[in-house]
Amino acid sequence: MKRLRDRIAGLRVTLWTLIVPPSMWAAHFLFSYLWAALNCAKVGEFATFPTLFAIGTAVALVVIVAAGWVAHVQANRKGDTPPHDSGTEIDRLRFLATATVLLAALSFIGVVFTAMPVIFLTDCR
Amino acid sequence: MATLSLAGCNRHQSALAPFGVEASSTRDLTIILLIGAVVIAVAMSLLIRHAIRTPGERLTHRQGMKLVLWAGGVVPTILLFTLLVTSLPAMRPLPTSRADLTINVEGEQFWWRVAYRPPNAARVVSANEVRVPVGRTVALKLMGGDVIHSFWIPGLAGKMDMIPGRTNTLVVRATKPGRFRGVCTEFCGLSHALMAFDVVAMEPAAFDRWLAAEAKPAAGGNALFAQYGCGGCHAIRGTGEAGAIGPDLTHFGARQTLAAGVLPMTTANVASFIRHPEKTKPGVRMPAFDHMPPADAVALARYLQGLK
Repeated sequence: MKRLRDRIAGLRVTLWTLIVPPSMWAAHFLFSYLWAALNCAKVGEFATFPTLFAIGTAVALVVIVAAGWVAHVQANRKGDTPPHDSGTEIDRLRFLATATVLLAALSFIGVVFTAMPVIFLTDCR
Repeated sequence: MATLSLAGCNRHQSALAPFGVEASSTRDLTIILLIGAVVIAVAMSLLIRHAIRTPGERLTHRQGMKLVLWAGGVVPTILLFTLLVTSLPAMRPLPTSRADLTINVEGEQFWWRVAYRPPNAARVVSANEVRVPVGRTVALKLMGGDVIHSFWIPGLAGKMDMIPGRTNTLVVRATKPGRFRGVCTEFCGLSHALMAFDVVAMEPAAFDRWLAAEAKPAAGGNALFAQYGCGGCHAIRGTGEAGAIGPDLTHFGARQTLAAGVLPMTTANVASFIRHPEKTKPGVRMPAFDHMPPADAVALARYLQGLK
């Protein structure tokens, strides 16, 4: 665990890692629509336990949590006291990391809120 | 302003006076949302008042961030999640089976073509009035005959569009008997606001008796009806008059309102509507019969009112 933390701490959050959580949210949103549309068109009803949908949702959540965790570790790197608003390398990193953590939290909620109607409605009408 | 809003209160056409399963859950959700909104608004006002009156630097940066996290993130998320989970089951359509009654309703400018399709009997055509049995599931098949209309019985269920070339299904179940009102809620022409209908929720046994009576042909024909060519557009089953352009008039006299829920069913109103339908409903497809002597119009109205 310690080694993993050290490796993560060695990573750098960039604008690219920042867009991972919202991209997963968007992909899961599209996946939910496609899954429901295909089920209704081909089967006519939702499965009692939607295995593929559950797996897709779990994958999206795991990726978002992983991205959020990496960002969380970097946002809490030891250094000067807040506010972190200087033009230094460490403050830029903390800013990007905090933004990624917040986006990951929002995307996590977004994915759960998107999955809920699919699980609850279960009706093609 | 409040007095004006209160003027809209009634029991026959209101989503707040439900007589159906779906409208009841919508009303409950509305009340929960309203109470929740008031509680949140009061809590936020108190918090803002407290924040304004409290001298600065009372909270450390960390405490402030914690407050934002909980009051601005965690609590709203839990509230919205609870609301989503409790309201989603209400969006699920009621289950239907082959044994349920189906009613086809087609929106026309500016009236409603209604056909009852009981599971083991012939279809029964009617117009401008929808009757439903209390406690039984009914599937309403909604279509648009000419332009897009929208079907809404506020006390029974949510609204649904009636689109030409497409059939939308609205499943309803009435929970208490009574006389209610439905309306068109999609602008469909000059008399859109004059396109309503009566809704009668009946005890199942009474409904079965009514449907059996409604399926029967009319008592007899009328010379004036034939002479003025009314049968070109209107049908009266059992008399040879079989027009399908306008509303079916077989049991016209049993309806409580005239011209799609617009006028009370009186002889004077029926006679006046026959001669000048456009005065009641601008843009109506039925031509004016202003050449018809008023005495004939009254005689025709009496005949139609006798069709119970």
